[in-house]
Amino acid sequence: MTEVEQPVSATMLSSWASISDVPREQGALPDGWEFVIGLEVHAELATKTKMFSPARNQFGSPPNTNVHPVCLGLPGTLPVVNGFAVELSIRLGLALNCTVQRCVFARKNYFYPDMPKDYQISQYDRPLNISGWVELASGHRVGIERAHMEEDTGKSTHVGASGRIHDAGYSLVDYNRAGVPLIEIVSHPDIRGPEEAKAYVGELQAILIAIGSSDGKFEEGSLRVDANISVRPAGSDELRTRCEVKNVNSLRSLGRAITYEGKRHVDLYEAGEHPRQETRHWDEAGGRTRAGRSKEQAEDYRYFADPDLVPVDPSPQWIEEIRAALPSLPRDRRIALVAMGADAKAAAIAVDRDMDGLAVEAINAGADPGRVLTQVVNNLAVDGADTLDSHNFAELVKLESGGKLTSTQAKTVLAEMVVSGRAPTDVAIELGFEAMDSSSLESVIDGLIADNAEEWERFVGGDDRERGKMQGFFTGQVMKLTKGQADGKAVNQILQGRRNRQ
Amino acid sequence: MFGVSESLSRDDVAKVADLAMLTLTEEELDTFTGQLAAVLEHAKDVEALDVDGVAPTHHPYPLSNVFRADEVDDPQVGDEALAAAPAAEDHQFRVPPALGEEP
Repeated sequence: MTEVEQPVSATMLSSWASISDVPREQGALPDGWEFVIGLEVHAELATKTKMFSPARNQFGSPPNTNVHPVCLGLPGTLPVVNGFAVELSIRLGLALNCTVQRCVFARKNYFYPDMPKDYQISQYDRPLNISGWVELASGHRVGIERAHMEEDTGKSTHVGASGRIHDAGYSLVDYNRAGVPLIEIVSHPDIRGPEEAKAYVGELQAILIAIGSSDGKFEEGSLRVDANISVRPAGSDELRTRCEVKNVNSLRSLGRAITYEGKRHVDLYEAGEHPRQETRHWDEAGGRTRAGRSKEQAEDYRYFADPDLVPVDPSPQWIEEIRAALPSLPRDRRIALVAMGADAKAAAIAVDRDMDGLAVEAINAGADPGRVLTQVVNNLAVDGADTLDSHNFAELVKLESGGKLTSTQAKTVLAEMVVSGRAPTDVAIELGFEAMDSSSLESVIDGLIADNAEEWERFVGGDDRERGKMQGFFTGQVMKLTKGQADGKAVNQILQGRRNRQ
Repeated sequence: MFGVSESLSRDDVAKVADLAMLTLTEEELDTFTGQLAAVLEHAKDVEALDVDGVAPTHHPYPLSNVFRADEVDDPQVGDEALAAAPAAEDHQFRVPPALGEEP
């Protein structure tokens, strides 16, 4: 019994007080202020059935068709844990560098029609996963306090009042979602701005999808975010009143809600007032948050260990089997690309678009890492890019690196390769981008020099500015004569070579 | 809630009753305060024991990892449940307007 007597907020408070010192995000708040943000992310697990009953876990079914006596809260029913949901939760714990521990389910008691048995089965003082971290593409680490298992609630739709006094409206409830397995991921308040918050949730989403624990779809409610937001004078270590903003249903909304709420706090402080600790709701259409319950009316959920369920105690062997089967995580993939010579930002974009596998194969096939990443980032954000053959792609990059194709031609060829799946040389020949060898390019340039003696003098003898102008003139003429097939870099080299010989 | 070592007040019982949406008479409040205090007294006896090194008991059964396979068994009880509901509309349970917000 002792463990359930701990106040609900004890763990949150201790983490709130252990904030690591990270640089603040510029520009999101007026000068002199910084954000302190912690996020609670709920993810629906990608199981076939619910957390405690064999009803279907499926989005978009007609109302109340995926229901079972257990998720309807009927008397006499008993929950039985979905073992695969536990495995998916352990996968996430390991991916978030958490300690996976023996854990207990607890009842969170409250009265609301979306929870027919009047409690939600969750975890409280003994969650499955504790004390982890996530590293963002920026290199900043966000601490994970816990990632625990629970069941989702049903969905209620409020039907508005007609305007008449006795018709106060009513609610319609669909229990298809009640009992869907969820994992709730609670971060430390290590997040310093809206962009970082979006990056963090984006990273969680990528991890969840990579390990197969969730489909990560915001638009189907598979991912939902509550944000604990406060502000403080920049550089201070004080902790001010935080508000919990709910109903944030996309990354874009998350950024907007944080920015709005942070500015609201700053305005209050600057007017000599201060925010109340409360739950607020994000109003997407209005672009603002609205007050909800005051936290002072103590949320007392009277948690206690659910006597219907025995502990989950993952054996070290099971944990290691799950760990061994984990795929490469986004962070590992970024690190691998950077180790091969890619720029960190480009590597992050490639991994984000799931194009890093192609990049790695092309680099392994001998293509230049810098040019590979440039092509991936600039020219492969298109449908069908994932079908590109890595050897063909490597060949294309090599043609470009070798001066056989200009960068403009390479882009055109690549676009055609994505559409047709053909080899780069075939496409280049068809488009008339036949390799222009350097001897023919030299003769073109020599001809131009002979025909434009005055300009050539200005190139050879002029100051830097004049030389730059004339270089542009000659390059333009070469492109005109070669119908754009010459490589600008090669033209420049030949021009400089001729000048040095004078 | 309250620690084992604190004594239980009538106000505590009233608060818990309120959270559980129970309406208690004055007499009932007195009765339950006495009964609950006796339960807590018993817990105090347990607290007096030296339990260092004893793993917490989370469940009276010495079992863990009781799982079922992730396989669908759909008994199709939706219609029956809706038919038994006090009110239904559009294949959903119709309920009085919820007071306040979702927790």
